[in-house]
Amino acid sequence: MSALIDCEHLEVRFRTEHGDVCAVNDLSFQLEAGECLGIVGESGSGKSQSMLAMLGLLADNGHATGIVRYRGRDILNLSRRELDKLRGDRLAMVFQDALSGLTPTMRIGEQLAESLMRHRGLSRAAAKSRVLEMLEIVKIPAPATRYRAYPFELSGGMRQRVMIAMAMLCQPEVLICDEPTTALDVTVQAQILRLLDGLKRHTGTAIILITHDLGVVAGLCNRVLIMYAGRAVEMGNTADIYSAPQHPYTAGLLRSIPTLKGDPATDLPTIPGQPPSLEQRGPGCAFAERCEHAFDPCTRQTPQLASVGTAHIAACHRLNS
Amino acid sequence: MSAKPGELLGSGALASAAAGQASRSLWAQAARRFRRNRAAMGSVYILSLIAVTAVLVPMFWPHGIEDASWEKILAPPSFDDWHWFGTDANGRDLLVRVFYGGRISLTIGLLTTMVALSIGVTYGALAGFVGGRTDGFMMRFVDVLYSLPLLFFIILLVTVFGRNIYLVFVAIGAVEWLTMSRIVRGQTLTVKSKEFVESAVAIGMSRSAILARYIIPNVLGPVVVYVTLLIPTNIVIESYLSFIGLGVQEPLTSWGLLISQGSGQLDSAPWLIFFPATLLAITMFCFNFIGDGLRDALDPRDR
Repeated sequence: MSALIDCEHLEVRFRTEHGDVCAVNDLSFQLEAGECLGIVGESGSGKSQSMLAMLGLLADNGHATGIVRYRGRDILNLSRRELDKLRGDRLAMVFQDALSGLTPTMRIGEQLAESLMRHRGLSRAAAKSRVLEMLEIVKIPAPATRYRAYPFELSGGMRQRVMIAMAMLCQPEVLICDEPTTALDVTVQAQILRLLDGLKRHTGTAIILITHDLGVVAGLCNRVLIMYAGRAVEMGNTADIYSAPQHPYTAGLLRSIPTLKGDPATDLPTIPGQPPSLEQRGPGCAFAERCEHAFDPCTRQTPQLASVGTAHIAACHRLNS
Repeated sequence: MSAKPGELLGSGALASAAAGQASRSLWAQAARRFRRNRAAMGSVYILSLIAVTAVLVPMFWPHGIEDASWEKILAPPSFDDWHWFGTDANGRDLLVRVFYGGRISLTIGLLTTMVALSIGVTYGALAGFVGGRTDGFMMRFVDVLYSLPLLFFIILLVTVFGRNIYLVFVAIGAVEWLTMSRIVRGQTLTVKSKEFVESAVAIGMSRSAILARYIIPNVLGPVVVYVTLLIPTNIVIESYLSFIGLGVQEPLTSWGLLISQGSGQLDSAPWLIFFPATLLAITMFCFNFIGDGLRDALDPRDR
């Protein structure tokens, strides 16, 4: 059985004034139809860049190597024209910042209809009725009124729903959500996540959810991929990772989640130190200098991902010895 | 002025959308702000008046622009015989010539600006959007043209192609698009990195559609302001081309040409320069006030 998305040895480099920076290093993962994969990592861990690379959305100075197959077809080296046929139709993306993701000069409905008219060749009228339907599905009140509204007339949560509607219009097989709820407050966040969950159930769309909120992942994703400094450090089923994290970074992240039971007076456990700069990476594990378990090989050799359980892999020297 | 209830609700836009009224675009909001600007609105009225009279007066005035009268050479302004602005050295009525000249000056101002606008916006947006080496090459080409003195360029055109009024359009338009393309390119670079462009790419829009529907509408704000400043600039350029004899030719006339002719008789017949110069100055003021008003109305800080 071949996976819907099969990403092998993806590497993303950026040319900068200070030489090449490697933002994503040797990333491999599979996405099956209808599943939900969470990608977790802190800022700069390469989670967004790897997804942008998959859709050919890297900045001009970025370059991706490796193989990304969608239904067995390599999409990393497609021509722009071929890619445009896939993007928005089969593979869609919801961006982090819904506030600026819609052009201020076009009415909401027109912007949404563009995608349908382009990919499905629908007439304006047909596209409009489909858009209204979709706005209804993402629970936007009074869709007919909103259709004619401009983006700045909607609230943040509403705009994020519009962005999701835009991505879901052509019923894509893969929906990549890049921190869809970071710009929103918690109640709206819960609504958006419930919406995504509902969409996943009803349409069978596979979702890749990029976030740094482990709570969000627990609620929505079957599998989790933890990234650190451009590398995958651990991947497995959500339940396995939450109950028995194998990589010290994952364990640290889970410890840092505030609980309601905890004593508010005590400090929240944190992971000491800063993630390493991507420009000057020496050999060894990127997490070594922040790791409480670091020992001899950690600073000399980059650990490889190894199986640590059923469908559960992690990259740590401690696990091999 | 007391605030209306809607204005107390901050943006007011949310309130109106909630009330189910037709929603206002950014342009509609800018138009509303513009209408509150008295100087700008006054200028719009005055300018419209000048434009309308420039069209109508020559049609209904008892004197034509070429009607010479030997009895009334250099007659000072008077209400006798419909010579309100006096007559020129050939005994032609000055009023009808001033308004007829206004037609030509305004037309040249508008048409040359259209030429500059269409070339400048297309070129600048393309350079900024494509970026990289193409952008560098296109903008260096603009720099080279920029370094040519305007007057030198126009004299060159006129000597090669001969004097005619269309050449004046082409010459001014061909020079003035340079600044426009720089403005548009700069704006395009800013807009290009906005997230909505990225999301347009992500839904599979083609590059040309993104340029035409997502980028250009969003760079038009500063362009509109610049246009209102470009029109008077072009009228002035036409005036000085006519003043030095390279622009509009007799028996046609324009404000520049009238001022040029009047300047020769400043001592004996000051009205010859007074009327066209006053109208030219009023027109300049109006365009500048309108430009000011538009800039305030479109100011992104107010959004």
